[in-house]
Amino acid sequence: MTEQDLEAHFEETIARDRRIEPRDWIPDRYRATVIRQIAQHAHSEIIGMQPEGNWITRAPSLRRKAILLAKVQDEAGHGMYLYSAAETLGADRADLTDKLISGRQKYSSIFNYPTLSYADVGVIGWLVDGAAICNQVPLCRSSYGPYARAMIRICKEESFHQRQGYELLMTMMRGSKAQRDMVQGATDRFWWPSLMMFGPPDAASPNTEQSMRWGIKRHTNDELRQRFVDMTVPQADRLGVTLPDPELRWNEARGHYDFGAVDWDEFKAVVSGNGPCNAQRVAKREAAHADGAWVREAAVAHAAKHQGQDHQTAESERMRLTPEATHD
Amino acid sequence: MTDQGWPLYEVFLRGKRGLNHVHVGSLHAADPEMALHHARDLYTRRNEGVSIWVVRASDITASSPDEKDPFFKPSGDKVYRHPTFYDIPDDVPHM
Repeated sequence: MTEQDLEAHFEETIARDRRIEPRDWIPDRYRATVIRQIAQHAHSEIIGMQPEGNWITRAPSLRRKAILLAKVQDEAGHGMYLYSAAETLGADRADLTDKLISGRQKYSSIFNYPTLSYADVGVIGWLVDGAAICNQVPLCRSSYGPYARAMIRICKEESFHQRQGYELLMTMMRGSKAQRDMVQGATDRFWWPSLMMFGPPDAASPNTEQSMRWGIKRHTNDELRQRFVDMTVPQADRLGVTLPDPELRWNEARGHYDFGAVDWDEFKAVVSGNGPCNAQRVAKREAAHADGAWVREAAVAHAAKHQGQDHQTAESERMRLTPEATHD
Repeated sequence: MTDQGWPLYEVFLRGKRGLNHVHVGSLHAADPEMALHHARDLYTRRNEGVSIWVVRASDITASSPDEKDPFFKPSGDKVYRHPTFYDIPDDVPHM
């Protein structure tokens, strides 16, 4: 087949809203864009362990500690699902980690904000994971099959993340004045950065059109941001906190909430490395990777030592796994 | 080189007895035993499986997408393999 035939076949698959699978021919630009999208998402999950991981040792009860551990473990798992999906496009996992550490690939700007109080754990579950769910549910229909399947798995697990956060906040709101103030303070600090998670406004998002045509993005940034605001306002009311936006009000004509202008200068500063915690997050990731080097080396040495042994038992192992194979 | 040479394993899960193992993703591990443990930790955190297979990705032979049409062609013109190929009068019962 000529390149034109291959490209036509690719375009037809996209036009029919069918999934692209790993070994299909794809244009270089599609491959590069999807790798960048998945890698950025994977890095966000991995870096996203840090702000909340900060509170594991200081969780107020064994129940809360177990929940937080499980949640942070999920974030690690989500990162792994996504690196696995990126590898189906020919990316190399170690290379992606290098690119994260050296700043050549980005992660979500939200994880560059500090977690100053325990209420932040609840607000991250409620707002940050809530925004992530808004972003991610449509990606379960990404044109790239392995990414879409990873997203289905991730979205199921994110639901626990959001609910544990909201439940935590409801518990604190039933507590002392100091606890209620902590919830309000955390909401004040995370509201605007959560709105920034959807990315720049549509007018300043030049890649959106191509990404939507390829089916790797299903809604624009502003559509998703509006959806998130509409979903969240009643949750804030029920919780009894005030969202820090004086312009936030229901617009009967539009059938949506109006909200104030996002500070895009702050967003740009944080994305380009000047947020409160950028350097700390990357340094910690780099240290964790370096500290794990001896474990990876030891595992390889152990595997090499036992390889001969494994070959001897391979046959009986195979028979144990698939007894039906012994009948032919 | 990825993880100092840890090879890639593809992971297959049996969700419950009576179902086939289904491909769920991949991971890197130093050896098959570690791949099984990592697969359990990564893909069955919520009881998604009762059995796991791990296979070295390099041991899988797959049909090439480029050959797709010719490779699957032999079954394309054999419509008589489908029950709907045969006309049976409506008044024949239990058919």
